[in-house]
Amino acid sequence: MRTISKFKRIAAVSALLAWGWHAQAAASDLLVAAAASLTNAFTEIGVQFQQEHPGTKVLSSFAGSDALAQQVIQGAPIDVFASADQKAMDKAVQAGNIDESTRRDFVRNEVVLIVPAANELKINSVADLKGASVKRVALGNPATVPVGRYTKAALEHTGNWDTVKRNEILGQNVRQVLDYVARGEVDAGFVFATDAAIMPDKVKVVEKLASPIPVLYPIALVKRDGRHPLAKDFYDFVFSPKGEAVLAKYGFSKP
Amino acid sequence: MADIAAPLLLSLKVAGWATLLSAVLGVAVAYALSRWRSSWSDVVDSVLTLPMVLPPTVIGYYLLVLLGRRGWLGSWLADMGIVLVFTWQGAVIAATVVAFPMVLKAARAAFEDVDHALEHAAQVLGISAAGIFFRVTLPLAMRGILAGVLLAFARALGEFGATLMIAGSIPGKTQTLSISIYEAVQAGNDSLANVLVLTTSLACIVVLLIAGRLAPDRSRMAVARGQA
Repeated sequence: MRTISKFKRIAAVSALLAWGWHAQAAASDLLVAAAASLTNAFTEIGVQFQQEHPGTKVLSSFAGSDALAQQVIQGAPIDVFASADQKAMDKAVQAGNIDESTRRDFVRNEVVLIVPAANELKINSVADLKGASVKRVALGNPATVPVGRYTKAALEHTGNWDTVKRNEILGQNVRQVLDYVARGEVDAGFVFATDAAIMPDKVKVVEKLASPIPVLYPIALVKRDGRHPLAKDFYDFVFSPKGEAVLAKYGFSKP
Repeated sequence: MADIAAPLLLSLKVAGWATLLSAVLGVAVAYALSRWRSSWSDVVDSVLTLPMVLPPTVIGYYLLVLLGRRGWLGSWLADMGIVLVFTWQGAVIAATVVAFPMVLKAARAAFEDVDHALEHAAQVLGISAAGIFFRVTLPLAMRGILAGVLLAFARALGEFGATLMIAGSIPGKTQTLSISIYEAVQAGNDSLANVLVLTTSLACIVVLLIAGRLAPDRSRMAVARGQA
């Protein structure tokens, strides 16, 4: 009797696992890979899209744009890719994984210098980062994070890059930089204006950077077999009045 | 070359320190627990073993909250001029916390295996308590302890999640082998990733080979037991 019940238990667990495996592999989910700075806006757009298309599940994956580009290149089952800069999108395009005819800029953003709300070091501009009391400045890793590339280009343009680089703490994505500043682990950091707006009580914007590269986000459909039938609908939804309203709500402006 | 040498040396430095710290602490705590005849000893053991089963991100978060600039321990340390977040010393703490249970588990089992009659005999012969520990108990438990220490080194060398959270990824300062590999893959730099992965594998093989030489073999241990 005992062995039978034990066998039954194992069978039940196995069946459950098999079902979970199957459920995860189901092709009915629309997978959207979007830059970390789009986390809040695209989560909301996903929910609204699902309401308009009952039975469709939108799964969003947020990370640094280059990490997402690598996943697209390596053949992850992603349907739509939204990047925070052209370079990450270029990588995926060059690898032949993007439907180039669909590539289009959909929002504009700004890079800002933020400090912890208390601002104990009295940092009021990029120039103040030269001060001896400034020990740590967080920015996205320019090799893999768009906001880091914008930051680097803007600071090089004004001749402040070396000052910042001396104290750099590199983040894996823009939200990590935001978190470092909000926790007060760093003295200042460079994020998008839309990220700073998420935590108005914890961080303070002290300067808007003039970026020599336009801060434009491209979106495109991924070229792959078995792309979700509603991928194009989701893409169109982002450009629709409803999609634009959500993006505007989170501070993104039109390109 | 600097792309490979810097993270390799840093990883060895961090893992070396973490192994040393967890070996000393692990042996001391394991010995105390093996002598402590109370049902509470298992509770303490479980709590200290938690880092082995908890996700590294949980460890990283605990450490960040505890040791961060505004953490209750971190703010106190900051007043004394000690900063752990975003430093290689922070990476050592993260690696030590996750490696420590490896030593603790192995050493406790080894201590509990030691024949108490031998310790009694040493006591009768008038050897001090410290003498008994260092000349009888520790040598007899050494094999098990060494196995734990090796696992601890391997675990410390591979530490990624908690380290990334508390020490960040600063090239040349806190960017260990595992983190360099992650960065290289994210940047699509597969050739660098390949070299780093091979370097890590090679380093681990070398460690295992050295470990095999260091470990006392069974026949010598048997003779030692016979003489005691």
